Amino acid sequence: MSEGRVVRIASGQGFWGDDIEAPVRQVEGGGIDYLMLDYLAEVTMSIMQKQRARNPDAGYARDFVELMERIFPRCVEDGVRVVTNSGGVNPNGCAEALVEAGRRAGVGGRAKVGLVHGDDLMERLDELLQAGHELANMETGAPLSEIRDQVQSANAYIGAAPIVDALKLGADVVVTGRSTDTALTYAPLIHEFGWSPDDHDRIAAGVVAGHINECGAQCTGGNCLINWWEIPDMAAVGFPIVEVSEDGSFVVTKHEGSGGRVTRASVAEQIVYEMGDPTDYITPDVVADFTSIHLDDLGNDRVRVHGMKGGPRTDFLKVSIAYSSGWKATGTLTYSWPDAAAKARSADRILRERLDRLGLHFDEIRTELVGWDSTHGTLAGEPPADLPEVQLRVGVRSSDRASVERFTREIAPLVLTGPPSVTGFAGGRPRVQEIMAYWPALIRREAVESELRVEVRDV
Amino acid sequence: MSRVQLVQLAHARSGDKGDTANVGVIAYDPEHYELLREQLTPAAVKEHFGEMVTGEVERFELPNLGALNFLLHGALGGGGTMSLMNDAQGKVFSTGLLRMEIEVPDDVAASTAGQGRVPGGWSP
Repeated sequence: MSEGRVVRIASGQGFWGDDIEAPVRQVEGGGIDYLMLDYLAEVTMSIMQKQRARNPDAGYARDFVELMERIFPRCVEDGVRVVTNSGGVNPNGCAEALVEAGRRAGVGGRAKVGLVHGDDLMERLDELLQAGHELANMETGAPLSEIRDQVQSANAYIGAAPIVDALKLGADVVVTGRSTDTALTYAPLIHEFGWSPDDHDRIAAGVVAGHINECGAQCTGGNCLINWWEIPDMAAVGFPIVEVSEDGSFVVTKHEGSGGRVTRASVAEQIVYEMGDPTDYITPDVVADFTSIHLDDLGNDRVRVHGMKGGPRTDFLKVSIAYSSGWKATGTLTYSWPDAAAKARSADRILRERLDRLGLHFDEIRTELVGWDSTHGTLAGEPPADLPEVQLRVGVRSSDRASVERFTREIAPLVLTGPPSVTGFAGGRPRVQEIMAYWPALIRREAVESELRVEVRDV
Repeated sequence: MSRVQLVQLAHARSGDKGDTANVGVIAYDPEHYELLREQLTPAAVKEHFGEMVTGEVERFELPNLGALNFLLHGALGGGGTMSLMNDAQGKVFSTGLLRMEIEVPDDVAASTAGQGRVPGGWSP
């Protein structure tokens, strides 16, 4: 194992809505240098955009500000620096709220907040299109002009450079918008070890550390399939900590005495999560080769990760665009033995006939039987007549909101006007949801990077 | 040779990217990786899922981890918030693949019997 200095980066949040006590435990557990908090997913940006449309002060992860009010003093005392993409579509609003929270928490005059913005392309979209940036859909090749009027949010995935700049300027907390999840872990490593942008293998190692960290407890026993019933004390599961050496190799571990388990298998499961071509894991700073990863189980919840290789970055950044694309709703009813599945399927047929007679328009109607085929589809085969119960789940999707609204009124009537032995309708009418479709695109990186800004503010 | 379910020889995790589900399959015993590589061809996996996967199946190899990664294109009903599926993010395509039956030598079938399943008499 490599000797020398080790930088410890703890993961405290795997998505917006993750265990809010986890980052508190990571800081109070001690022995860490950085805390990374990942709040963003593709759909999160469009939710935040909607919130900001209603209230210009909103559009970021408010829970992060509440969290910092609790942990800010301890972070300042211990010198733990926080890196997060909690800024969403309003990093400035998040930074302002954070400064106020810091003052309330008593760290006024003792801390600095770094702010990274410029990833948000929403206001620049027409200007970019006019300048010849097509923003074609990466999967279909269609030009953005096809859905321009429906766009709700557009953000470029940005890399480590602005986070490193903010850390250099002395920020104790760095708040960004759509930084990649992995950059939240490898940017501090670039800052600490001074890795050069050409040091592809070490930055690739940092990307792998980031990929393992970015889903929180999913590498320490959460959602872990291998012998899951033997994993101890999941109620107090420890979130991951990566202990990274200057050469890029690192150890994945968690606080001593915390629940969960770190083994070669638990780490391997997280490595393959949301994996595409493993030889071509593209980030803004490097293209990492995940087939180069070696794992050594050191025992005692420690796994060593080494051997990572990488190649030069591409000329493009990925852009995540969300656009409104109609409406959907899902209704459920529960049927009991005997012949539960036959009753549910009969109810489904009656429902579809009524929707048809009403002249409603749907792009898709989907029926699943929860308790039988809603997880493994046709692999489940035919349900037995003695199935104790099944939940009928019918979803509809349409560009016509009125059709979806009307569908939500057709579920409950089935209780008195359909097959027998039905229950489970107490939740009221299904909710109509607006669909935010996802439009992945590429943009030449200089079009974004020229607009990135870093600011540091005193608390 | 014996026919056994993949769940005896491998664990797995799945996730989504748009309308594509990915399933990473990891051999419990690295010695069985080659066996999985021979049996879990893209064509065999495509046939296993049948109409559930409307597009192509791609396979990538991660021998260092004893793992294979499959991309199941057109498996998520449009993906993201567009999908009407209960499993819109493809979280349980992993165990869907572990249902698949493969051919293994009799001694491998015997030594892995019961692996991947909660032992009898266990309670939370």
